[in-house]
Amino acid sequence: MNLQSEFLGIKSPNPFWLASAPPTDKEYNVRRAFEAGWGGVVWKTLGLDPNIVNVNGPRYGAVWGPDRRLLGMNNIELITDRPLQINLDEIKVVKKDYPDRAVVVSLMVPCEEECWKSILPKVEETEADGLELNFGCPHGMSERGMGSAVGQVPDYIEMVTRWVKSNTRMPVIVKLTPNITDIRYPARAAFKGGADAVSLINTVASIVSVNLDTFSPEPSINGKGTHGGYCGPAVKPIALNLVSQIARDPETQNKDISGIGGVTTWRDAAEFLALGAGNVQVCTAAMTYGFGIISELTSGLSNWMKKKEINSISEIVGKAIPNVTEWQYLNLNHVTKAQIDQDLCIKCGRCYAVCEDTSHQAITKTINGERGFEVIDEECVACNMCINVCPVENCITMRDLEPGEIDKRTGQTVSDKYANWTTHPNNPSSIKAAE
Amino acid sequence: MSNTKLSPGIVSSRLSKEEYSNNFSDAYPGFTDYEAKVEADRCYFCYDAPCISACPTEINIPLFIRQISTEMEEEAAKTIFDQNILGGMCARVCPTETLCEEACVREAAEGKPVKIGRLQRYATDSIMSQNIHPYIRNDNNGKKIAVIGSGPAGLACSHRLSMLGYDVEIFESKSKAGGLNEYGIATYKSVDNFAAKEVDWLLKIGGIKINHNKTLGVDFSIDELRKSYDAIFIGCGLQDTNKISIDSDTDQSIEDAVDFIADLRQINDFSSLPIGRNVVVIGGGMTAIDAAVQSQLLGAEKVTIIYRRNLENMSASKKEQNNATSKGVKIITNAIPTSINKQNGVHKLSLSYTEVEKQSGKLKELDQKFSIEADQIFCAIGQKFNNLLDVFKSNKGKIMIDESCKTSVENVWAGGDCVDQGEDLTVTAVAQGRDAAEAIHKSIISK
Repeated sequence: MNLQSEFLGIKSPNPFWLASAPPTDKEYNVRRAFEAGWGGVVWKTLGLDPNIVNVNGPRYGAVWGPDRRLLGMNNIELITDRPLQINLDEIKVVKKDYPDRAVVVSLMVPCEEECWKSILPKVEETEADGLELNFGCPHGMSERGMGSAVGQVPDYIEMVTRWVKSNTRMPVIVKLTPNITDIRYPARAAFKGGADAVSLINTVASIVSVNLDTFSPEPSINGKGTHGGYCGPAVKPIALNLVSQIARDPETQNKDISGIGGVTTWRDAAEFLALGAGNVQVCTAAMTYGFGIISELTSGLSNWMKKKEINSISEIVGKAIPNVTEWQYLNLNHVTKAQIDQDLCIKCGRCYAVCEDTSHQAITKTINGERGFEVIDEECVACNMCINVCPVENCITMRDLEPGEIDKRTGQTVSDKYANWTTHPNNPSSIKAAE
Repeated sequence: MSNTKLSPGIVSSRLSKEEYSNNFSDAYPGFTDYEAKVEADRCYFCYDAPCISACPTEINIPLFIRQISTEMEEEAAKTIFDQNILGGMCARVCPTETLCEEACVREAAEGKPVKIGRLQRYATDSIMSQNIHPYIRNDNNGKKIAVIGSGPAGLACSHRLSMLGYDVEIFESKSKAGGLNEYGIATYKSVDNFAAKEVDWLLKIGGIKINHNKTLGVDFSIDELRKSYDAIFIGCGLQDTNKISIDSDTDQSIEDAVDFIADLRQINDFSSLPIGRNVVVIGGGMTAIDAAVQSQLLGAEKVTIIYRRNLENMSASKKEQNNATSKGVKIITNAIPTSINKQNGVHKLSLSYTEVEKQSGKLKELDQKFSIEADQIFCAIGQKFNNLLDVFKSNKGKIMIDESCKTSVENVWAGGDCVDQGEDLTVTAVAQGRDAAEAIHKSIISK
């Protein structure tokens, strides 16, 4: 399967780029990534000299599952802490040696046009494929008026993007922060300023844990901590939603999006693509398992495409978007009921506990006097919590009631007609037929 | 090592020092912190969890496992001890595969139950290894209770009574406390003198005095005790064993497996204990398994268990059977010993095969016979009660008790192996001792 990807005209052998982050900090790492098979990199954010410094204590905090599986991570690392010229020189040789891979350079300089004007020609000189403007980093740099401090103000996004576009020939991706109220505003601003694409999400402002002995947030530097940027599998749902919102917004639909946020497996990547991302960027998964996961990502995605008879990445992009809608348009006449497969049930009773204590009292704890769990159709609102807590896959499923069947909970006959909240009699502003 | 596995007869020192120490080290060592956390995560925290009702002491297992998963092993231990003050020993010796772990829904789901026993050991070790005793005794209420026997039933009863404010005096026939925990458990299940340490830890509650070398019927009587104490609890266990008689034209005697196991627990130097080159153990319960496995571990060349019925009828669990066979023990089923004789200086045990008659269900000796070499023969066909029965109403040769563990005699309660209720397990004895204490308390305060 050909996974060839083209994003803003930038070609790469697959749609998996490494995000701007520690894995792309220097030539050595990037060469290893390309040897492993990664399609492209966004080089770790460059800034102006003198180069910034990092803390000399821990930079990362983590949330683990019980088997030490890294579920989420946060960091307080800043942009590159190496002199600008060293990075530029390395970018140039790497791009020359790997002409078929995407090399995009992430930038963050103060909000003054002169600063951007000074750095852009230097980056162009590396013959990198494009730029990514880091308006997303929520820690450290934001205190200095950069990163998410820009990304949280749509006017600044537009202004800076315009400066950049008017001073370079290179394609420009604007990287957005999720630490906002409505992602559509910063996205619109980026495109208004001339951005060729947006990428999201950057990390989520976070404190991952508090040390209950020292009462310091983690990671702790000499007894003090600060908020960091949260990433990894835990943030994927947030990222998927924000990507989809931009893909659906009439003002930004059909614009290019690079999807970022907790991509760990090929499946995650396919989901981002389906919600409108043209490619994906990966960081935490690589930082957890090393670059070797690219083989799983590419083989998994191409195998799935083969099974689905999808011939190119572009066919996946946005495939799920028509099915993303507002709550008010969901079909209220669609009725389902939970059902428990008694052969698969191991009788743990988790469904009963959750339904009885926290939901709708729609599951019995005995069947004919014996320990056993069964759905009471008269009470079941099909909330799905029993499925969420059941440890056995497919033991509890939702059955769609056929039109004409009686919903035992409401006593109503299931209709085959679509009807949503906008026309519901309980809706004070429902659209009534003209009298 | 003066002898080897192949040295004929019954001799000591068959193995090297290292072999002995390896063989009798902790068979199922405790979990590390990490192992415990990973295993704890497997628990589903079931509603009305089946493991709880499968435990004779009804420990809130999902709760203590959740406490382990949140790194609160001391609280987990407390959850266990609240129900079972001998939770430390039970974690080592309970046949969990037929109790909590058999009931675990993950056993039904995937045949791999949560390792509840080992998690329990992790939790209880955390507190016992620091020598923390988490209970404080109520103010002394001036009442005195006599407890006969310091085994699991007597100890559990004494501890609960002491907590409730009673002064307890235990009468123990042996020089050490602990009962079968001290004398009756395979050495590799209770290493580092754990049984004795557990007794010391339990007695930290205070208010419990143990009188050693005091045997019921010899040094004192129930009637005497009834005069000086407000109530009596009997947890004296079973003192006698069932014997087997086999025709023999030799001087070879059949030894008691119970004594062999007790001897092993009390010696420090395993090389001093003689063991046969060819050992035969007769029986199908845990005593038979423990005797056979430990014979093998002492360096016997061939160890054979002879059981008269089939594997499914053995009271030793499948896990214990597998443990025995994995150590090299051979289990011969459907066979009974008939005679012993000596050929060319070697003892031979002759056996007949058996079969269960379909109609009557009775065991029938068949004509087919065989023989095996048997330098040493242990008998492990059950223990029995030996006295007192004229005082108490009895059932199946044991003291009859009601649901509150009360005997037919006024102010006398009983529990453990000497009573007619429940299986002969440490955990059952603990439950009965505990419940009897509560019943005694209820009876006294209602007077």
